[in-house]
Order: sequence, then C-alpha cells, then structure tokens
Amino acid sequence: MRIDVNAFLGAYPWSRVPGTAPASLLAAMDRVEIDVAWVTHLPGLFWRDPVEGNAWLYETCRAHARLRPVPVVHPGLSHWQDALNEAVAQGAPALRCDPLCFGLHPSGPELRILAAASGAARVPLLMAVRLEDARQRHPNDVAGELPAAAVRALIRSDADLRLVVTHADRAFVEEVHFGSTPDEARRIWWDISWIWGPPEEHLAALLATVGPERFVFGTGQPLRLPENTVAKLDLLDVPAEARARIESGNLRDLAAD
Amino acid sequence: MLIDVHAHFFPEQSLRADWRDYNASRLRAGERIGIGIHVTSTLGTFGRRSPTYFPSPADVVYGNDFSLALMREHPGRIRGYACVNPNYTDHALAEITRCRSAGMIGVKLAASRRATDPLLDPICQRARELGLPILHHIWQSRRRDWPGQEASDGAELCQLAKRHQEVNFILAHIGGGGDWRHTLAVVRPHRNVYLDLSGSGVDGGMLEACLSVAGADRLVWGSDITMETGWAKLRHLEHLLPSADLDLVAWKNAAHIFPPDSFPGD
Repeated sequence: MRIDVNAFLGAYPWSRVPGTAPASLLAAMDRVEIDVAWVTHLPGLFWRDPVEGNAWLYETCRAHARLRPVPVVHPGLSHWQDALNEAVAQGAPALRCDPLCFGLHPSGPELRILAAASGAARVPLLMAVRLEDARQRHPNDVAGELPAAAVRALIRSDADLRLVVTHADRAFVEEVHFGSTPDEARRIWWDISWIWGPPEEHLAALLATVGPERFVFGTGQPLRLPENTVAKLDLLDVPAEARARIESGNLRDLAAD
Repeated sequence: MLIDVHAHFFPEQSLRADWRDYNASRLRAGERIGIGIHVTSTLGTFGRRSPTYFPSPADVVYGNDFSLALMREHPGRIRGYACVNPNYTDHALAEITRCRSAGMIGVKLAASRRATDPLLDPICQRARELGLPILHHIWQSRRRDWPGQEASDGAELCQLAKRHQEVNFILAHIGGGGDWRHTLAVVRPHRNVYLDLSGSGVDGGMLEACLSVAGADRLVWGSDITMETGWAKLRHLEHLLPSADLDLVAWKNAAHIFPPDSFPGD
C-alpha cells in the first residue's frame, strides 16, 4: 500500500504544468504504483478565497475513490470554521493551510486559532514549506517559505494539534524535531519529497536519528515527478517494515492518534 | 548502459569530513541505478583552500590529480573532466593538455569567468584541438550576480557555442536551479549544445519541454549531487521515449560527443 500525502489537482498559476487533471493524476499514480493520493485544489491556494476550490475538490474525490480531499482552510477569512466543519463532514484526512500564500503570519493569532480548532476536531493540519525551488520561482511569486520556527511555535501552541509538513529538507526537519519535546515531535509527520537521498544520504540520516515512524510518502505531483520519491526509497537500505511504515503505515498512527 | 556525464567525488582536502562515505555512497547508488560510467570533475578543494568556483591554480592541479587517481582506482567505472580556471590562461591550457594525456575525456568550466568572455576562447580552441567536449556550469536564468560564482546562463553559453561550432558543449544541470524555461528558449538552434538533465529539480513537464526543444538526440543523462532525482528522470523518460531514443539519452549521445574509446565498447 502506497499513499501519497502530497498531491495536487488543477492548474499551477506560475507555469504550465502537464498532468493536472484527475485522469492524468490517476494515470501517474498507476505509473508509479501509488494506491491513494491526498489531493488539494492547486489553483485555489492562490485565490483570494481559497475555500472556493474545495467544492470541486470534494466532488472530484467522490468520483474517484483513490483520491482523498485535503481542503484548504484560510483562517483569516470569517467563514473558516464552516470550511473546517465541512472538511470533517466530508471525512477529509487533513486540512491544508499555507499561511504565507494567504499573507498571514505563519504562527500568528489566526494560525494559532486554526491549530487549536484542528486539534479539537481531530483533523491533522497539512502545511508545505515551499512548492518550488526558490531559485526558479516566477518573479512575482514572492510568498515566503514556511519557517521552521513557525512549525515549532504551532506545535507548542496546542497539545492536540497534529501536523503533516511537506517539502521540508533535512535541516528543517532536524531543527524542528530536535527543537521540540518528544511529545511535540511525536505529533509531526514529515513527507519525504524534498529530502535528498544518496550520495548526501539525508534521508538515511534522518531515518537513523529521527526515526522512520515520523516520515510519510509524498511526491508533490504533478509539480514534481512522482518517480522521485519512489527512486529515493529504492536507493535506501531500510528494512521492509520501515519502508512500509513510510509508504502508508505511519498514516494509520496519524489517523488513530 | 548508462553514462552519468555530471558526477562529483570529493577529495580529502575538501571541506567534507565525510568525503570517503560520500564517494562510497555515490558508487553504491550508481550500482543500484545501473550507472556504467561516472564522468567526474573535481572543483579544486571545493572551497577549502580557494573558492569552489574560483579555484586557484594549485587547487586546480590538486583536484584534477584527485580525479586522475579515481580513474586509476576505478578504470571500469570512472572517467574525468579537466577542471580549469580560465582566468589563468596558460595554466588552464597546460592543465587540459596534461589531463588529456593522462586519460581525461572532457573539460569542465565551472563559473570562474562568464561564458561570453573572450578568455574562454583559447580554452575552447584547445578543446577543439583535442576533440574534447566542454561541460559548462549553468545558472538557468541568471537575473543577477550570485555570490561565490561568476555564473553564466543558457543564453550566454549559446553565444560561446556559436563562436566555437566545432566544439560540443554540455549545458550543465537543466534541473539544477534557476528557470530552465529561460534556457530552453534559446538552445534550439545551437546544435552543438547538449542539455545535461542532472540537478535536484524534478519539475513536472521539464523533460517533456526538453524533448520538445532539443530532441532526444541532444539530451544527456547525469545526476550531479542528487542521484535519486537523476534516477527519477530516467524512469520518467522510460515512460516517454521508445527504447532507441532512451538509449540516446542514457549513453549514445555521450558516446558520440566524448572522444572515441572513452567508454567500454566504443
């Protein structure tokens, strides 16, 4: 079983990206043997009211059983609680909030309120550190990257909050993990899409120091080739049990936590 | 057969205390990926005694000697580029000749001098005389000067390639940062410029765009400092290309642009 927690549907506003339609994403999943993908409506992330993309997302996921909706919640807008309640009602595996895309302070009062509500609703909050390499972004794509300090602040802000952080590199993971108490660190899951394999061996190092139970399978597709995450695992010398945990098993812990 | 046209191994006199582990990891991962030959360049001491992209003449010699030692240690798996600093013209020319005599098969220009600068002309002339391709470090879409390097972008390399049409240029790491679309917009007419697919970038659509602009006969496969991204691109190409075209990217184009007898079976 392989579950991709980091996938998108819909056009990217900053460049033409092929394969953003549901059928194309499903074909890509078949190509690299991904069973299920958690998906967010990508253009909605950049809309003034990102929640407006959620209805299409729910409808699309109802039509495709292998796609699970990760709807966007914008805590700076007055109807954010409706979006959260709808996500719960729809059985969303996580909520998405990328505060810097919305012009919000990444650990400011709006985010802390959302963190508390997410914890109370028992729905994990998913956040991306970045979507693209900073060296190649569009000149007008100026939203900052999620700082590690914000993740530390948020996980400390509510004891029930669970976070899934995507697109983090080794230094980011280490800074947050070892800058948190064991209880705080236990409530954060990291997708491996942006962590380097050999010869730098960043992923191998993190599995040895942070532990395989903290990592989940994510690709960032279709903005990134999903083959990358599979290749990274294929280059790892890890027991089959640890690989299975990363590919899907740890998500059972996340859901049951 | 798979040839990695953009590999690096670290020498003892670099800033990496883990240089042995790093090098062993590259070879181990290469075996798993199926890399038959790693074509490596050593950029001096990678910043220990002189800047990575502005290596001193002494460090240039040290780095090239390290690559030559690797070639001797792994004759079936490693080939080398002579890395030179064109600001020291006489030294660079002598180093290219020395390294070619010792078995190196290409020239590496990093970012010591802009590709449009006339100082690169004698380097290209020497490469032409010896039949060597030039792997040129490229910052895809350079909007400003970046610290630590005098980087060139694809358009600047194409100006150099236009002046030296008998030399084959490998435009480094299309996935290595910067806007690769900026590069693709200029390379199409320059038949002596090959795109090296290495780099950490695995953007959706990048390979399709490279194929559209340059065709399978002008793409060469490489990894640079992240090998899983190279393997991912190779796997995606298996999905995009018929096997004959995949062979071009995997090794045949490299076999064509490097000197004869550079690789087993040439």
